[in-house]
Order: sequence, then C-alpha cells, then structure tokens
Amino acid sequence: MAEITEDIKVAENIVHKKSSVLTDKVMHYCPGCSHGVVHKLLAEVIEEMGIQDKTIGVAPVGCSVFIYNYLAIDWQEAAHGRAPALGTAISRLRPDRYVVTYQGDGDLAAIGTAETIHACNRGENMVMIFINNGIYGMTGGQMAPTTLEGMKASTCPFGRDPKTDGNPLKITEIVAQLPGTNFVTRQAVHTAAAVRRTKKAIRKAFEKQKDKTGTSFVEVVSTCNSGWKMNPVDSNNWMEENMFPFYPLGDIKDV
Amino acid sequence: MAKMIGAIEVDIETCKGCSLCVEACPTDVIALADEVNGKGYNYAYMANPDACNGCTNCALVCPDSCITVYRKKVEMA
Amino acid sequence: MKGNEAIAEAAIRCGADGYFGYPITPQSEVMEKLMELQPWNSTGMVVLQAESETASINMLYGGAGCGKRVMTSSSSPGISLMQEGLSYMAGAELPCLVVNVVRGGPGLGTIQPSQSDYFQSVKGGGHGDYKLIVLAPASVQEMADFVELGFDLAFKYRNPAMILSDGMIGQMMEKVELKPQQKRWTDEEVAQMHPWATTGKPESRDYNIITSVELDSEAHEKFNHRLQVKYRELEEKEVRFETTDVDDADYLIVAYGSSARISAAAIEILREKGIKVGLLRPITLYPFPTKEIQRLGAKMKGILSVEMSSGQMVEDVRLAVEGKVKVEHFGRYGGVVHSPDEVAEALEQKLIGG
Repeated sequence: MAEITEDIKVAENIVHKKSSVLTDKVMHYCPGCSHGVVHKLLAEVIEEMGIQDKTIGVAPVGCSVFIYNYLAIDWQEAAHGRAPALGTAISRLRPDRYVVTYQGDGDLAAIGTAETIHACNRGENMVMIFINNGIYGMTGGQMAPTTLEGMKASTCPFGRDPKTDGNPLKITEIVAQLPGTNFVTRQAVHTAAAVRRTKKAIRKAFEKQKDKTGTSFVEVVSTCNSGWKMNPVDSNNWMEENMFPFYPLGDIKDV
Repeated sequence: MAKMIGAIEVDIETCKGCSLCVEACPTDVIALADEVNGKGYNYAYMANPDACNGCTNCALVCPDSCITVYRKKVEMA
Repeated sequence: MKGNEAIAEAAIRCGADGYFGYPITPQSEVMEKLMELQPWNSTGMVVLQAESETASINMLYGGAGCGKRVMTSSSSPGISLMQEGLSYMAGAELPCLVVNVVRGGPGLGTIQPSQSDYFQSVKGGGHGDYKLIVLAPASVQEMADFVELGFDLAFKYRNPAMILSDGMIGQMMEKVELKPQQKRWTDEEVAQMHPWATTGKPESRDYNIITSVELDSEAHEKFNHRLQVKYRELEEKEVRFETTDVDDADYLIVAYGSSARISAAAIEILREKGIKVGLLRPITLYPFPTKEIQRLGAKMKGILSVEMSSGQMVEDVRLAVEGKVKVEHFGRYGGVVHSPDEVAEALEQKLIGG
C-alpha cells in the first residue's frame, strides 16, 4: 500500500495544488490564521476565471497589509480604512478591470465606515472582501467594532461592555440595506465545507462584476487565534459557538 | 473492486503546524511530526497513508497552501 | 471667467482623467463647473462628488496608482483633511494635482481669502519627510495654465503637486485664454509611459505594487534618501519666479498670489514718492526661489515679505538672505485682504522708518 501511495504522486493525479496566482513567499500570518485560507481562495478564483491580468487589488492596513506579497496581481496599498475610496477611482477609471478590496474589521467597519458605506451606496463596481475576526490582530489584540459583547480584548480586558464600550457592529447587514450592493454574503472558512462555500461566494462576487451592477460584498467570519489566545482548532470551535450566533452565515442579499 | 486512493504531499518548510488539516481529515491520515522544520514547527505528515482517499479537505482548510493532494481510482484485488 | 471656473475648463482641456472632490467655499465652482460641462460625454473624464475630502484624496491615490491624471480641489479645512492622503501619495510616489483655494483659519475660520496655509503646503503638511510641488497663481490665466503645468511636474517627478491659490484669485473674474483640447492618454499609452502603474499585470512584467510601507528601517532610509534626491533635483531645475522693477530697486517686496498683485500696486504708490521698490513673485513656493532672493537681497536695503498671514513665507525669505538684509513681514490675516496703501505704508514704516 505504501508503494501505491508513492506511485500515485504524479502530476496527472493531482486534485489539489497551490494556485499559480499565489507567490512563493511564505505568509507572515500566525499558524492557522484565516487570512491564509481567504488569500488562497481569492487566488484560486482569479486563476480559474483567468483574470490575473485584469484584476487590481487594494490592500488594507492591518494584518493583511502585506497581502500584496502573496498574490501576483497588481496591488495598491491603501491608508487605514480608505480601500473603498481607492477602489472607487480604480473602478471608474479602469472599468475594464476587476477591482477587489480586502479589509479587516477595524479597517472596514471602524476607521473606514464612511468609505465603506458610501462606496457600497454608490454601487461602485468592485468586490469587497471583509475579514471579521472581532479583534485588531496586528496591533496586538485590541477591541474591534465587531468584538462581541463580553468578548475580551486588550482594550476591554474584562470583556466588551456595551454600556461603556458600545455595541458590536453588523456592518454587513448595513451594506445589504444599500441599493448599490448586488450581492452580500457572510461566510467562514473553519471547515472544508465552509471553505468550498466561501470560494463559491467569492467566485460569484467576481462573476457579478461582469454585469457592472454594483458592489459585491463577502464577509468572512474568521479566527485570530493569537489575539483570542487559543489554538487554531479551539479558535474554530469558539467561533462556531460564539461568533456564528451573532454573525449568522449565509447570503444576505442577492439581486 | 475499484477504490479511490489518495496521497498528500506537505511542503514541510512552509507548514506552520497549525493542525487544521489534522482536524479536517475525515480518515485520520494526518498527524503532526515529532520533528520540527527549519522554522521550528511540528509539520504535518501522513501518519496513516493507507487511509487517505484524496478528499482534499486538508488542502482546503490549509492557510499556507502547503498541501498537494493526489487521487487515483485503482482496482483492488 | 472666475478663477475657479478656469481650473475646471483647463482640467478638461489638458486631458485630465478624473476629478474627485467635496464642496467647500470658496471653491465649489470648480466641481459645479465640471458637472455642468459633463466632460464624461466629451473626453471621458470622470467627475465624482465624494463623501468627504478624506475619500477624495484617497480616490486620487487609487486613480494615480493606475497612472491616470487625477485632481481635486478644496479649501483650507478640506485640505487639512487631505493631509493623510497626501503623505501616503508622496510616500507611494504618486502624481496628482490638488488645488487649495485658501480661506482664513485656523479651524472652520472664515470663507474670505487668506494665505495662511503656506507652511502646510510647502513644508509637507502631513507626516513624514516629504514635499509637495507648490504653484502659486496670481491671475485667472495662471489658474488655468498651472493645471497642465501641475500635472506635468507631478508626473515628471512622481510627486503630488498643489496649486496654492486663495479666495480672491478663485472668485475673481478675468479674461483667460484657454488652450485647445488635448487628448486623454489611452490605457495603452498609460501602461507604456508609466510602467509602475497598476494597470493589470500582463504576462510580460512582474506585478506592480503601489505602497508606502517598508518595515525594514535601513531600506526605508534608502527610500527616503531617494525622495531627498528628487527634492534636490526639483530645487535645482524647477524654481519659477517673476521679478518686476528690481534693477534699480533699493527695497524688495516678496509676495505671491493675490498679495503679489496688491504689492505691485503698492510699488507704484511708493515709486511715485521716489522710493525705489521692486517685486519678486515666487511662482513655485516649493521649490522656493531661495537663490534669487539671496542674489537680489544682497543689493537691497531691506525686504518686505507680504502675505495674507501672520508671517509664514517671511521665514523662508529670512533663511534665503541669512541675516544679511533686514527682512520684515506685513500682512492682514483671518480673511482680511490688505490694500496697496497699507502695504506701501508698512514698507515705509518697517524698512525706512517713520
């Protein structure tokens, strides 16, 4: 049997390999970080659609600030929160291109709320990918706009208290209300099945861009095992138990 | 009798030993090695290769795209 | 036409690709005029009213990153909001044109003309070691001409450029000669002329990254050094100024924009009295005409820096002459425009005595 295992390791039997749109650089993320999975899915969708030469990405400030090191497409690095403004101009000045922004929760739903809402409300033709892990990973685990009630972070060490810290923000439900969005969905990448669904969602978001009918918005509820101080497997379990009840998965809008 | 057999190849040096693949494998093929790679991570490997059916679940959840999956239908005696 | 309208007309005619702005007095006519002219139907130029100045400047980042000629206009409080984006654009070496029709500050201030944004414009404005290329128009004609000049310099040096105007030039009506319509660059031309731009990665090149982040401090020092080399080149090659009546002058007025026009009238008053005064009008505020001020200053009995502020440019004039000549400042501020008589009187009092 062991010989058979070795024998089948030939190119014709490959059923899954690293996307050619991903570069050779090793991602700087912590072990088990959801960013890596979403980067991979984005790369696979771009590869499968054959649009590597037609896609312009906008990178955020946050852990994924260096996403441009990992996907071999043209990238612009935005200031914190401003990716949708960059995307707006790119999309309007290069309507022949696919524009994709990639942001975390602090970027998209705190400092960049105005840019997010107005780009979605105008219906800028771009894909917006939103990583929601309820915490500021890069700066060391501070409270995010999406931090759950009672959830601990370094700036709410005893758990988020809505009376003093405000409430967690469901920005995705807000952008779904706006006339400019054509597809709004919330997904996760904690299981193989969830990864398949998220990939389908990202693919759909890109396909939607062919019709130029507005903003396609994909939230991925994610883990931050360093920030949450749990191992990757426990983080996934914690996310299922605690994040999903407040941030339920599934399509919110599809028009 | 035809049977799907599979195999995975882990890029040991880019594996961070997060063990998400271990958890995702439905047939308990993968384990983390006792040895570490150049970065000090206990990397994933096929501890139980005979059980692999090439389902790709491990590669799907892998954040570092370090798993290549092979699958072939073979006639078993 | 109004100075602000001239900006709009010139932008379309020079083949600009995009305008992104937010209304603020005293410059809203720029976007109003653009919307009225509907250039998207003629040249294909994009005009968009953004949700804020913060968004506007970041739209410029996105557009410039694609190698497009993009611009915005605003007035002082709005320009303050844009400083983040300008720093990022300087850091990412992106060309763009920003028009500041200055009003009196600080804070919400007044909607009347002022020149109190000099420091913010020529010393960087946002965080980090960087410079903007700053052009100071003194007429409606220059408002129009500097749009193309601003874009040319911005692209030549891959650096943001600013037209530093004021409420007076913006609102003033004068005859202006507009250049004939030029074609916008095609996407193919952009890709060829600006190989750094994010235009979509063809197989023939590696992928492009527009960014201002570099975590390796040694590498970042090298990058900053490259910026400094660029600024030295600007200081060497791109200084622009105009002098009037300086050959026989005993005194020199240094003034830009509206203050230069007012000072020219003041010089007539002074010369009628027999006081020989000349004018040096910086056209580029960065790079500043330091050498020329130094050269002319050496034969003057005194220099008066005239600006509608409490005294900002005067510091650069003093630096230029290195204490060898007396340099005084005069200016009304907070939205008050000085008269030629006031300028003439100030020169007599501050430089001649009595």
